[in-house]
Amino acid sequence: MEPAIEIRDLRKSFGTMQALKGVSLLVPQGDFFALLGPNGAGKTTLINALAGLSRPDSGVLRVMGHDVLKDYRAARRSVGVVPQELVFDPFFTVRETLRIQSGYFGLRHNDDWIDDILFNLQLADKAEANMRALSGGMKRRVLIAQALVHRPPVIVLDEPTAGVDVELRQSLWKFIQRLNQKEGHTILLTTHYLDEAEALCRHVAILKQGQIVAMDEIRHLLQSYQSESLEEVFVSIMHQHGSQGDQ
Amino acid sequence: MQGFRTLLFKEILRFWKVWFQTILAPLISTLLYLLVFAQVMAGRPTIYPGVTYGAFLIPGLVMMSMLQNAFANTSSSLVQSKVTGNLVFILLTPLSTWEFYWAYVLAAVVRGVLVGSVVWLTAWFFFELPLMHVFWLLAFTLLATIMAGSLGILAGIWAEKFDQMAVWQNFVILPLTFLSGAFYSLHALPPFWAQMTRFNPFFYAIDGFRYGLLGVADVSPWASLFVVGSTGLALSWTTLAVLRSGWRLRT
Repeated sequence: MEPAIEIRDLRKSFGTMQALKGVSLLVPQGDFFALLGPNGAGKTTLINALAGLSRPDSGVLRVMGHDVLKDYRAARRSVGVVPQELVFDPFFTVRETLRIQSGYFGLRHNDDWIDDILFNLQLADKAEANMRALSGGMKRRVLIAQALVHRPPVIVLDEPTAGVDVELRQSLWKFIQRLNQKEGHTILLTTHYLDEAEALCRHVAILKQGQIVAMDEIRHLLQSYQSESLEEVFVSIMHQHGSQGDQ
Repeated sequence: MQGFRTLLFKEILRFWKVWFQTILAPLISTLLYLLVFAQVMAGRPTIYPGVTYGAFLIPGLVMMSMLQNAFANTSSSLVQSKVTGNLVFILLTPLSTWEFYWAYVLAAVVRGVLVGSVVWLTAWFFFELPLMHVFWLLAFTLLATIMAGSLGILAGIWAEKFDQMAVWQNFVILPLTFLSGAFYSLHALPPFWAQMTRFNPFFYAIDGFRYGLLGVADVSPWASLFVVGSTGLALSWTTLAVLRSGWRLRT
């Protein structure tokens, strides 16, 4: 079975700054994969390249076997990305936003699935509200809903719980776990909450200054570092590779 | 095709939701021009025999409003989406460059035609307006709004802030539309300014459109069709090339 995400020797520079220095990564289908690293490590650059928002200098990027550049239509249909920035279109209601996003992916009459997502993200009563009228946490959940409207096999969540309160965070993870465990979606997650990554994810890759400094199953990492928490492992790895991370 | 249709629908819905600002405001400002200039110039020698100054002015004002609004639709939509960051929702989708381009441009055509039609219909109550050549009228409407809509996409991609867009509005679009023969005939200008006007593609859009409505023009409608058509084609080609390159859209 082809991997859900395949990244080989990915390089990306912005001027003289090398954001990614030859990153290689395989995420198997059905995995819940954490991509961790301090600020500026290259996590968002990697996600942007995967989503086609950024053009890599070199390397191979495939989603469900589809090359992100050469076969961009199939690759983009295969991935749903929740961006880190809290962005929204102030002209539309929540339902309009989700119908429009469905339409971009060629889907009409998608309201049953839209209603399901809205219910699970506790947004059902906000369906007809204008985006401007929503709180930060609600806007964040609409971003998640937008990434899910086309039922992508791969879901990329770039710090999805920033600014979301504890109760909603738990219901969000319950929903994402359902998508992962019952419906087989592959999840790639970046987060600054290491306890969340530890509780949810099977594999982890740790990025530092554009390079992967550790990659393994979380339980193996915990064993090899004889540690009880991912946070301790993370701090040890950051020390090993030069400095304390700011996770 | 569904993706293209959705983006077109979304772009039309976007300006329709703020029709007060996108339809009514240009109508009011254009009618004010008509009111002021037609009154001031009433009784002056006519530019073309049998055509009052008010009737001469209307095709110019209609085309001017179409050009300005087609430009404003694509440019403001793009710059707003870039500044607020929501352009990402379109960039993440499987839409092709062609679908992106035509959805934005056709929405600009729709807004231009809507504003132009409302101005024309309102003016029709006050002035006797013939409709001489429907083919030319439609050809110049379509080509001119495609031309202005494409220019708007280029401006929207280039601009990263609202004040950069104001530079385009105030120093490019406004002079090009005002110094384009909307208010006067080319023959009434001193030779230098008449020659300068001949380099302005908006002049040909207005002159050709006037031929469609009144049956009179400063230059041959075929010459105007050639200039507006080739400018539109060049701008479309450039816009598609820029979109394909991802310049200022994909890092």
